[in-house]
Amino acid sequence: MHMLYMIFIDPFMQMAQAPDLFAQTLWDGLVAGVLYALIALGFVLIFKASGVFNFAQGIMVVFAALTLVGLHDAGLNAFLALALTIGVMFILAFTVERAVLRPLVNQPDIILFMATFGITYVLIGFGEYVFGGDPKVMPTDAFYLPKGAITYHTLGGMVQFQKLDIAAAIVASIMVAGLAVFFSKTRIGRALRAVADSHEAALSVGISLEQIWVIVWFAAGLVALVTGIFWGARSDVSFALEVIALKALPVLILGGFTSVPGAIVGGLIIGLGEKLFEFYWGPLMGGGTDAWFAYVIALVFLLFRPQGLFGEKIIERI
Amino acid sequence: MKARHLFVGLACAALLGAAALTGVAQAQDKIFVPLFTYRTGPFANSGIPIANGMHDYLTMLNERDGGIGGVKLDVEECETGYDTKKGVECWESIKDKHPTVVNPFSTGITLQLIPKAAVDKIPILSMAYGLSASAVGKDFPWVFNPPATYWDGMSMIIRYIAGKEGGFAKLKGKKIGFIYLDAGYGREPIPLLKDLAKDYGFDVKLYPVAGKEMQDQSSQWLSVRRDRPNWMIMWGWGAMNPTAVKRAAENGYPMDHFIGVWWSGSDDDARGGGTQAKGYLALNFSGLGSNYPAIQDIKKYVVDKGKSQVEKDKFADTFYNRGVFNTAMVAEAIRNAQKITGKKVVDGADVRKGLETLNMTAARWKELGFPDFGTAIHVTCDDHNGHSPAYMQQWDGKEWHRVSDWIEPMKDKVMPLLDAAAADYVKKNAGWPKRSEACAKLP
Repeated sequence: MHMLYMIFIDPFMQMAQAPDLFAQTLWDGLVAGVLYALIALGFVLIFKASGVFNFAQGIMVVFAALTLVGLHDAGLNAFLALALTIGVMFILAFTVERAVLRPLVNQPDIILFMATFGITYVLIGFGEYVFGGDPKVMPTDAFYLPKGAITYHTLGGMVQFQKLDIAAAIVASIMVAGLAVFFSKTRIGRALRAVADSHEAALSVGISLEQIWVIVWFAAGLVALVTGIFWGARSDVSFALEVIALKALPVLILGGFTSVPGAIVGGLIIGLGEKLFEFYWGPLMGGGTDAWFAYVIALVFLLFRPQGLFGEKIIERI
Repeated sequence: MKARHLFVGLACAALLGAAALTGVAQAQDKIFVPLFTYRTGPFANSGIPIANGMHDYLTMLNERDGGIGGVKLDVEECETGYDTKKGVECWESIKDKHPTVVNPFSTGITLQLIPKAAVDKIPILSMAYGLSASAVGKDFPWVFNPPATYWDGMSMIIRYIAGKEGGFAKLKGKKIGFIYLDAGYGREPIPLLKDLAKDYGFDVKLYPVAGKEMQDQSSQWLSVRRDRPNWMIMWGWGAMNPTAVKRAAENGYPMDHFIGVWWSGSDDDARGGGTQAKGYLALNFSGLGSNYPAIQDIKKYVVDKGKSQVEKDKFADTFYNRGVFNTAMVAEAIRNAQKITGKKVVDGADVRKGLETLNMTAARWKELGFPDFGTAIHVTCDDHNGHSPAYMQQWDGKEWHRVSDWIEPMKDKVMPLLDAAAADYVKKNAGWPKRSEACAKLP
């Protein structure tokens, strides 16, 4: 009886008794959700264009952030370093297309998937060779990223908004919305969708597969850079950032591998869900539920919508 | 044609034989010290300074003294990435090269290697980490974990907190939060913390942090805000440490009530929190800074000659010195082994005896060029740990400062639990070998 009370009554009592903490949890969940959506977006872009789950997305986040900090630490102006890093991400996209994707056109998806493992290990080795394994501090001042917090004494307590989190949420939202519009309303976006539907059909109407792949990998590189800047500023810039890509997996399962809106909604559901569950129900299980609860949400959705919230239902007629 | 194949075959065999003989010859005129390190992966920020410290001290001994006892040290790093599987691979790759000792630098790896140590006759030195119960020499003759176990560390922190609160009696009714890496390492001190909570009447709140949550921790620190613990204790590693320090500062937690174990107190751990991290405390058992003759020798013989990987501004930082501390123990064990066996080139079985006779008093540290650098260590046949004291260091926003005397562990609480845990380990691992090794003694 006590256990039932702790599961079904007590958390809601806590929400009512301490609305400031409830509001804080919602905000933390929202910020986490937007940042998860950003990571997931990198996966979705590449999956849409090539049907490949890009295992290298996590290391691209690390590589982009390390390049930025490395160039800045070398004495370059922050915005020049940013511009050069964008250039490096373009070169990376171009190289991946030339050296990895082009030779593997028409190969089974699993081959391309395994190729992204190769890209991961090359980037790890190259990154460590160039930048070393030491953690770096993201120069937030140089990028005019805000510091400190806005604190409201309200709801019978205190709700705190870290300015960096606000900036991350705004920039990520703009980026997600911008990419969604770009890929749904522009000519390149339509070409991307055509490529996603069928490589052969897209080629037959004159769409350049190579060009689309470069654009998509470059876009994923930009997403990785923004992700690296904000996650790096929240913690530090090191190879540990790679593991945050794992947070995108349940988001992708939930939102669908091919849907940009799905990545956004999925990210928010996962972010809010895991923070609320950890805060109100986590103590019943010894805490640390945010390591696995996202996967529970994703699995529950899988039972009812295997294609994800916004994924396209695949019907194959024999 | 056949004759030609035979000739080629013989030539290859001769080459291989020569190479093998050369290898043996090299192994026989050098003392092999493998270093399990991690300069890559999510925990590299903690692993790199330790690796540099270990490597540079041994290199300095080679450069300055020509090795130990006139025999050069053959130092070889094996990258584990703090990954247990890779750690075991490293063990397999070095075990036939007559290694003197293995420093796994991971509790997970240590736990996997403990059963192998007695079989392969290679001692394990898990300096202040690993399995606390392995301090019991009669059950773990091949494992050493000086200068203190995690349980000693936890008891020192509780002793420090009690001192600040005005005595152990004042702990009653207090709330102590414990944020930890949700892995073997982080979970290790929980049994003792719970025992101490029962004894002194304080409440414990646990905040586990999974590996892939290390760089977020927003849920954990929001829970801290809700629970309002009077003190916070951290058992973090790698990227978890700087993130926790940042989150604590952001959430306005009083930093002078936030204490890390000795593995949560590197310069990089606190530096990430900037000036907001001012006041953060951590245990330490090795010296701060470069003002020691031996550390200056490292600079002179290794760093200035370009034989080190350490960045100039990170030379002699907290974890670099911790790595030096580790290899200073290794070097002393090798010296002891040479004295006990009378051999110049020693192997794992010899160095096991050297470790079992480790006695590094304040005077001995001074002789080695480390005055007031490290805690005194006295390892015996029965006690493979020493249960040495540590001190508290505090971050002033730029660097660490020592802010306490040596804090003794609560041996009366820790020792019975260690004995029970060792007995439990032996019981659970059916067929665990009884100690057959005689107790080593220095001549």
